[in-house]
Amino acid sequence: MTSPYVPAEALILDRIQESKSIFTLRLQLTDPVRREAFRFEPGQFNMLYLYGVGEIPISISSDPHDPETLGHTIRAVGRISQGLSTLEPGQRLGIRGPYGRPWPLQAAEGHDVLVVTGGLGCAPVVAVINYVLLRREHYGRLIIIQGVKHSEDLIWRDRYAYWSTLPNTQVLLASDHGGPIWPWHVGRVTDVFDDARINPDHCFAMMCGPEGMMRAGIKNLTQRGVPEDHIYLSMERNMQCAVGHCGHCQYGASFLCRQGPIYAYPAIKPLFRTRGF
Amino acid sequence: MADAVPGFLPRAALQHLIDALIAAGYRCLGPQERDGAILYDRLTSVTQLPLGRHDRQAPGHYRLEASADPRWFAWANGPQALKPLLFAPTEPLWKVTREADGVMHFSEQAVPAEPTAVIGVRACDLAALALQDAHFMAPPHADAHYMARRANLFLVAVNCTHPADTCFCVSTGDGPNATTGYDIDLSELEDGFLIQAGSDEGRQILASLPLVPASTRQIALAQSQTDKAIAAQSRSLPGHNLRAALFANLEHPRWQEVADRCLSCGNCTSVCPTCFCSSHNEVPDLSGTSSEHVREWSSCFTLDHSYMHGYVVRPDTRTRYRQWLTHKLGSWHEQYGRSGCVGCGRCVSWCPAGIDITEEATAICGGGQHD
Repeated sequence: MTSPYVPAEALILDRIQESKSIFTLRLQLTDPVRREAFRFEPGQFNMLYLYGVGEIPISISSDPHDPETLGHTIRAVGRISQGLSTLEPGQRLGIRGPYGRPWPLQAAEGHDVLVVTGGLGCAPVVAVINYVLLRREHYGRLIIIQGVKHSEDLIWRDRYAYWSTLPNTQVLLASDHGGPIWPWHVGRVTDVFDDARINPDHCFAMMCGPEGMMRAGIKNLTQRGVPEDHIYLSMERNMQCAVGHCGHCQYGASFLCRQGPIYAYPAIKPLFRTRGF
Repeated sequence: MADAVPGFLPRAALQHLIDALIAAGYRCLGPQERDGAILYDRLTSVTQLPLGRHDRQAPGHYRLEASADPRWFAWANGPQALKPLLFAPTEPLWKVTREADGVMHFSEQAVPAEPTAVIGVRACDLAALALQDAHFMAPPHADAHYMARRANLFLVAVNCTHPADTCFCVSTGDGPNATTGYDIDLSELEDGFLIQAGSDEGRQILASLPLVPASTRQIALAQSQTDKAIAAQSRSLPGHNLRAALFANLEHPRWQEVADRCLSCGNCTSVCPTCFCSSHNEVPDLSGTSSEHVREWSSCFTLDHSYMHGYVVRPDTRTRYRQWLTHKLGSWHEQYGRSGCVGCGRCVSWCPAGIDITEEATAICGGGQHD
């Protein structure tokens, strides 16, 4: 019987510095059989293994139409992610996955898609944005809302600017603290919901970011009439095994690695208001 | 299924059971006194068994006492259950070697497969084993290490006749008698054992033993011991399913009160036969050419357990104790169809602060009996 814990070797094809602390690794499994068999959906994640140091869960930010090249956008913040940030093209690491449940992109077909993110650029929902843009005719309006603390925290400025020029696409940005080159809203991210052309009966909201931001976002959206079961959240917890054994990612009765990390809001609503789970 | 009429194995013939298991190729483990507690260790002779030992247990208290009792199993339980035999406290899962050019080779750790027989398993521990089975053997990601050890395990249960003051298996429905999940079940009487097989492997071993049919008197004696063991238990949980009651009381002041006493040491999770949390740690070789990925038991009472890039979800003991109890007695029902507590009382005895799970659950869930 094969152990679910053993990674496979992957080669770094490319490394892109997205901001001072955020970088993207494009990876390819070195074993051709595994590489061809690999399939994933946006929102799923891999465990990335840094030789001699350990593993961390990182969502796959590239498009599933090319499952042989796996993009992972990472913020260098901890022991392992800082180590990963020093790797260069041609070097190797370990991968196992994909794990977790994806965003409801099939269910959302024919609907508007509202993407709400907070914090330092949220890779899991960038996969959603790119997915929708590549299959534009399957979806209605795409509304991208991003909140940051400080104006200089915004990464992918060019992309937001580009997305805002696309037809049927709306980009709304907010920063708690503005700056000299911040043409967008200064204030809370929920403030800009007023400007979003949301059709509450006909949209799927997909949120990722700090839980406080998501709580405020849910409150705002449900007040506007968006049904709770059309609001999806990407959750985050400590994760060691990714197969539901190690217990670290438990959230009430669910294991984030198996029943998450993407949840329909009603599935976690009873606990979501309480801190400490 | 157990056989209908038990056999009787005279006390002097218990050695035959050990010999039969060893002859059948099993590494035999049984209860022995070690450092003032009863632990499972390699067993080849009945002389190693804890003859006449009783255990006195209370919140934060465990002591063995000698007596003239001729019995070997006149105690409730020690700090171990079956858990360490299947879900190892620490074990490498895989290894990676790295060549000079950076190419890595991952290799799975060989799974241990030594047939092991354990004598003296309690009903509470069999119930806990069933829960660990459900956790570690569920597809699609069954744990190969656990599965291999489980497939090679032969269990000799001994019905519990001397529950400790901390025991509450009657309240959880898991004891004091073993009813399922064993290969052989024993009831200890003064002059010997009622013995029954619960599996084909068990029947094969029984066939080699010098058994006589148990008498009606012996069967009645065993039943009266069980009745006494049931009556002796004074602790209980306020219901089988406390999920709704616990989650309705997440802001109960008792969480803080218990946190003021709790040391957050994790002893309860170590001795708990159902707790399954582990951390994965990397142990690189000094030469830099290889590294081992090691799994170790971990506890939801530690800071690390809920750590995420600079942020801790459960920074205080209140939220950690709440996490443990709401999981153990609450969300376990949704995960595995029953409570995660089997009433063994170990967390009560081995808590250095003497915190009693039955008392805390009762205080938090409010008065009255729940489902």
